[in-house]
Amino acid sequence: MEDFQTPLQPIILLDLAILSLLIATAFAMMRVRRLFAVVMLSGIFSFLAALFFVSLDAVDVAFTEAAVGAGISTVLMLTGMLLTARREKPAVPGHKNIAMVICLVTGAALFYATIDMPAFGDPNAPANIHIGQEFVERTPQDIEIPNIVTAVLASYRGFDTLGEVLVVFAAGVGVMLLLGAGSLRGGRKVKDDRPGDDETEHDGREF
Amino acid sequence: MMFAAAAAAIIVAMVITFARAVLGPSLYDRILAGNSFGTKTVLLLGIMGYLTGRPDFLDIALLYALINFVATIAILKFFRYRTMSPTMDDLRQIEKEKAE
Repeated sequence: MEDFQTPLQPIILLDLAILSLLIATAFAMMRVRRLFAVVMLSGIFSFLAALFFVSLDAVDVAFTEAAVGAGISTVLMLTGMLLTARREKPAVPGHKNIAMVICLVTGAALFYATIDMPAFGDPNAPANIHIGQEFVERTPQDIEIPNIVTAVLASYRGFDTLGEVLVVFAAGVGVMLLLGAGSLRGGRKVKDDRPGDDETEHDGREF
Repeated sequence: MMFAAAAAAIIVAMVITFARAVLGPSLYDRILAGNSFGTKTVLLLGIMGYLTGRPDFLDIALLYALINFVATIAILKFFRYRTMSPTMDDLRQIEKEKAE
């Protein structure tokens, strides 16, 4: 097995720009206190993540990220925000150091784990030699689908996928039963009673 | 070369839009920033396809444009009616409140 080096292409610069924007968005989401801005920023974060997935050739993951992350979860988080408060409460002092240590340790462990990973696009990576190669070779004969990921998801492990769909459906039904029938209409009975809310409602400045 | 220059220009535009989303004083600034960031994503996706020599990503870019549009409509509708799926009664009540 000879060593494999990821070829250095100009597209790397684009990746770097996308990743720095991702980091900037994450920090902005932490610093901004207006929750509506945070919701919009999380949509932007999803779009950037989807872009990066496309540049990693994971087109189907990018698809999901754009539909779920940028589309549905933005709206869901807006719903949650309207049911609670518009602004984040200031952080409780004293717990910051412990949280910081936990974050740093977890981050360091994740970085340490990436050292062992094969280079991007390495033909000798475990994912590309054993069973992956088998699927690539057999899919065109077994089922005539050009997309191998779709073939694995919907045919080779079709029952598994069906089970996943059932789990998601059960979770949705459970949440709906817990919230009651009123939740279907967006929970209009719950009001965020704060002084001055109604006057500034349609100005937009409040957010 | 031309595609690289276009990609760089879009990245710059993304940074500016991002700044508007963070700073933007009003709600509508932020909605617009989110929407136009999505548009820039679509453009960058198209250009990335040509940069890597595989322009078949273009239909994914089209789908992103659709998602972006639907999400923006959903957000705006949400702020207009204050609920996810307004019934006719809700709408009538909102119109009545507006008239008063």
